[in-house]
Amino acid sequence: MYSGSYIAQQFVNGLNLGSIYALIAIGLTMVYGLLRLINFAHGDLMMLGAYIGLFIVTNAFLPLGAAVVLPMLAIGLVGVLVERIAYRPLRGAPEVAMLMTSLAVSWIIQNGMIMSVTAQPRSFRLPPGVNQLHQMGGVSFSTIDILSLALAVGLMALLTLFVRYTRIGIAMRAASENLRAAHLMGIHINQVIAVAFLIGSALAAVAGVLWAGKYGTVEPFMGFLPGLKAFVAAVIGGIGVIPGAVLGGYLLGFAEILFVGFLPPELSGYRDAFVFALLLIVLLIRPNGILGASNEDRA
Amino acid sequence: MRVRYAHLLNILVYLAVIVALLALAQGGLNNFYLRVLSTIGIYVILSASLNLTNGLTGDFSLGHAAFMSVGAYASAILTLPPATKAAMNAGLPVWLQELTLPFLVATVAGGLLAAALAVIVGVPVLRLRGHYLAVATLGLMVIVRVFANNWQSVTRGARGINGLPPHTNIWWTYAWAILTVYVVWRLVNSPYGRAMIAIREDEMAAAARGVSVFATRLLAFTIGAFFAGAAGALWAHLITAFTPNSFSFAITFNIIVMLVVGGMGSISGSIIGPVLLTLLQQALSRAETMLAVGGVPLYGLSQITVAILAILIMIFRRQGLMGGHEIRLPRLFTPLDEPSSADG
Repeated sequence: MYSGSYIAQQFVNGLNLGSIYALIAIGLTMVYGLLRLINFAHGDLMMLGAYIGLFIVTNAFLPLGAAVVLPMLAIGLVGVLVERIAYRPLRGAPEVAMLMTSLAVSWIIQNGMIMSVTAQPRSFRLPPGVNQLHQMGGVSFSTIDILSLALAVGLMALLTLFVRYTRIGIAMRAASENLRAAHLMGIHINQVIAVAFLIGSALAAVAGVLWAGKYGTVEPFMGFLPGLKAFVAAVIGGIGVIPGAVLGGYLLGFAEILFVGFLPPELSGYRDAFVFALLLIVLLIRPNGILGASNEDRA
Repeated sequence: MRVRYAHLLNILVYLAVIVALLALAQGGLNNFYLRVLSTIGIYVILSASLNLTNGLTGDFSLGHAAFMSVGAYASAILTLPPATKAAMNAGLPVWLQELTLPFLVATVAGGLLAAALAVIVGVPVLRLRGHYLAVATLGLMVIVRVFANNWQSVTRGARGINGLPPHTNIWWTYAWAILTVYVVWRLVNSPYGRAMIAIREDEMAAAARGVSVFATRLLAFTIGAFFAGAAGALWAHLITAFTPNSFSFAITFNIIVMLVVGGMGSISGSIIGPVLLTLLQQALSRAETMLAVGGVPLYGLSQITVAILAILIMIFRRQGLMGGHEIRLPRLFTPLDEPSSADG
């Protein structure tokens, strides 16, 4: 059987992976809540964030904190720009048009990166200090594990406070409940949507840096699968609801680690297939997710 | 002349024209252009078949690459010589290892297997709509790729399959392209096709009028998958070597942009789109190597152009070039006993 420390180790791994999924899923769910759009380009914003992080880490004269803050700022702005240029002209257009556009934006970002930095994967090496391993009762984790968990949880707490107590946060919740009605009540929905893209993209950028730190490489297609999986996480938690995205992210992280860590190793290659099988099961059994309450026409 | 004969004669004349053009191409073009021509033919199959779900029924599927992959692997295993299979795909049952089938049979088998997968997957997935269906079908692509990568003993995993007999030529591709377009055209003008369009326009109303919505959507999905599988088989025997990653999002995206350019729901559009876009991409990929900056080719330029084109079309001409209309070929023979009111 599995030892206690093995289980604890898997728990730490699940927590780590879950934090990253949660960070990506938040942006997806915020945008979906407002625009009923699955932003397929969201994973690619994560990838861009990782590249900016790589640039900062390799030019070591900048402090490590900059490898988090600068990607957040830059990608937040990119997200706002993408919304302004590509999505806003399609406000109110049929769902298919929005879908098509977000696929195209994703494709532009990926190929733009291939054009400018080539498709060659690059290694993402953290400064030696943060990679230090700690042992605690047979469970090993590095400083970066703790830092990334603290960062993810801290950012999510900040977001919760923002959405709950600030004017624009309250406006965002109203708009996500009913965009038209919120507009009629005098809420500047363009501003709300821009802020949603800003925050969501910034969080995706953090996720990108954490992902790169965890797996050690960066390449132009790295955002595709995490982006899709984060959507699965958002659906599991109940899409459109921010706490749902967080819950779904952690559940998916744990489920994936369970699948890899506790099933026969021959199966571990099938983990991505397992994630989408999970999506289907959730959509068929509980299409609104765990925390979602709306009765939308999706199934 | 009777209606039926006039109709048949029209079709025969146009077929003869196409065959003559292909013979001309075969005689006059070099291998490179023949390959481009075959590629166009394969993309016509793909976009005409995807038009069934995405254009006519209104289901946004992103699963065509998955079905192509299934068709490619299935047909490859059927056409590879036994000696190669014994060395490369040791996990196959003995009877499959010793089996080598004609290309046509292998292509049909690839299509059938893809269609079978579509039925199995379609039953749960087609309960979803819109974005959810898009993500679920993208997920299908990921799942098929995961299996192709991990089922080493049959698919050779990431090493892929190579050394396929180069069976595909313009005759095969255009025969399949014409068949696909013909099937789609007959379907559109049949009660089944009308049911599909009714579902796209208003699902509730269609259901109220007695259209069995689920069965119709599954039919569109399955027929589309069959032709995608056949196209995958043709593709595999054109490039003669492929890996699980050959059937990626890039292909799906290309097909969808072709449909969008031509105009979703239009059969003529699903022919014009692939022709225009394949030619554009060929020209652009030449530009990629010519415009090399500091010796590094601008890979990705053609894809970016295509994607920007897609966004511009979504903003400024959402209905595409054809906008749901059709180009009708002039009827050369009209029936004597009936004035020209009958729909050709």
